[in-house]
Amino acid sequence: MSERVVVVGASIGGLTAAETLRQEGFDGDVILIGDERHRPYNRPPLSKQIIVGDWEPEDAHIRSEVEIGDLGIDLRTSCVAEALDAPARVLHTSQGDIPFDELIIATGTEPRRHPLVPSALTLRTVDDALAIRDGLRSARRVTVIGPGILGSEIASAARKYGADTHLVGRSGTLTFGGVGALLSSQLIELHETNGVDLDLDAEIVSADSDTAGTSILFADGRSERADLVVAMIGGDPRTGWLESSTLTIDNGIVCDGTGQAAAGVSAVGDVAAWRDPYTGRPVRVEHQSNAIEQAIAVALRLVRGEAGTRPVPLFWSELHGTRINAFGWFDPGLPLAPFDDGDAVLVSRDDAGRVHGAVGWNAPPREFRVARAAVAESASLAPLP
Amino acid sequence: MGITVQRDACVGAGQCALVAPDLFDQDDDGIVLLLDPNPEGALVDAATRAVRLCPARAITFSA
Repeated sequence: MSERVVVVGASIGGLTAAETLRQEGFDGDVILIGDERHRPYNRPPLSKQIIVGDWEPEDAHIRSEVEIGDLGIDLRTSCVAEALDAPARVLHTSQGDIPFDELIIATGTEPRRHPLVPSALTLRTVDDALAIRDGLRSARRVTVIGPGILGSEIASAARKYGADTHLVGRSGTLTFGGVGALLSSQLIELHETNGVDLDLDAEIVSADSDTAGTSILFADGRSERADLVVAMIGGDPRTGWLESSTLTIDNGIVCDGTGQAAAGVSAVGDVAAWRDPYTGRPVRVEHQSNAIEQAIAVALRLVRGEAGTRPVPLFWSELHGTRINAFGWFDPGLPLAPFDDGDAVLVSRDDAGRVHGAVGWNAPPREFRVARAAVAESASLAPLP
Repeated sequence: MGITVQRDACVGAGQCALVAPDLFDQDDDGIVLLLDPNPEGALVDAATRAVRLCPARAITFSA
């Protein structure tokens, strides 16, 4: 087994890889570098508990400094990965060159700035979340651009602060991570019931900002003014620093089905596109559970030589007090149907009766787990031809 | 020794109860309930997997 593993990216994927190496008895160097000044923290609470003020940033930290030290993990914060020489196995960073035997890349994604609304805040880091929280505390009118989970979560938080809230999209639907638009009508109803003003066919033309706020002009001639604008329009894998490397980059770092990108280099989490064992296509999944499972799988491969994994996507949200859970895969052409007699659990069920995905809508946890077990069982089988 | 859970850190992902239903359950809010703090045999591996999958690191386990 290699003597030094370097992990780039000190969020849940990177930390889980480092921890698992140690729990499996790896006794070489484990160096975990992160470009933020903070020690590893969980990102899902940023758009949930933190922006509404229920949690302070320290509540989102995953491990204390003492725990990280006890595990023998050499954590280097404010350290930026600048380039990779994979054949020579050297990582170039803002704090100097680090030679490695194995490298695990977990650099995540970078939120896309809105090209027409440069003043719009966006959310990836805890510092971003605190800026949004500060804005929400005083804003009377909030415009959220983005039809996904994060847009919905920020709109939900803005209503909690009592702001006039406008949620803007342009595809006509709201989406929920891997569930896509299959829950759109339920989400629209939930937002409308809770006073969010929705405009899902809005084309933004331009925006003007001053110290007091932003005016947005739409293609139909309307304009609106907001004290705070947040844009959550997706993210791009953080691979810019790998441009000069020999890795294959194609919407993420292309890896085999075990997370290996090149000899001595692996990638996990939002930045990684693992080849799906059934379709052969590289797939990038932006959910926390995926980062955790891939990180465990890579660490086990490095220590024990075990092969890959095919994590089942799991994600959840709470919007206006309604808890929504999702587990599995969803086909845009396959409408959700009730799992059993109730309507709290909806599933994606194919013609053969296999359940590939499940959604819980304020579902009792035990009830949702029965559906999850059905998804897990389908996932363990080869797909139908 | 054995399993301990921190209910105030739990975010209700339910990973533990899925991979180790003999050891963990969830209350009506999804928060972890510990059923058996002393796993043996095959349940030891399940407990280890639950610890690793927990996004909140709300479970500790030492065999």
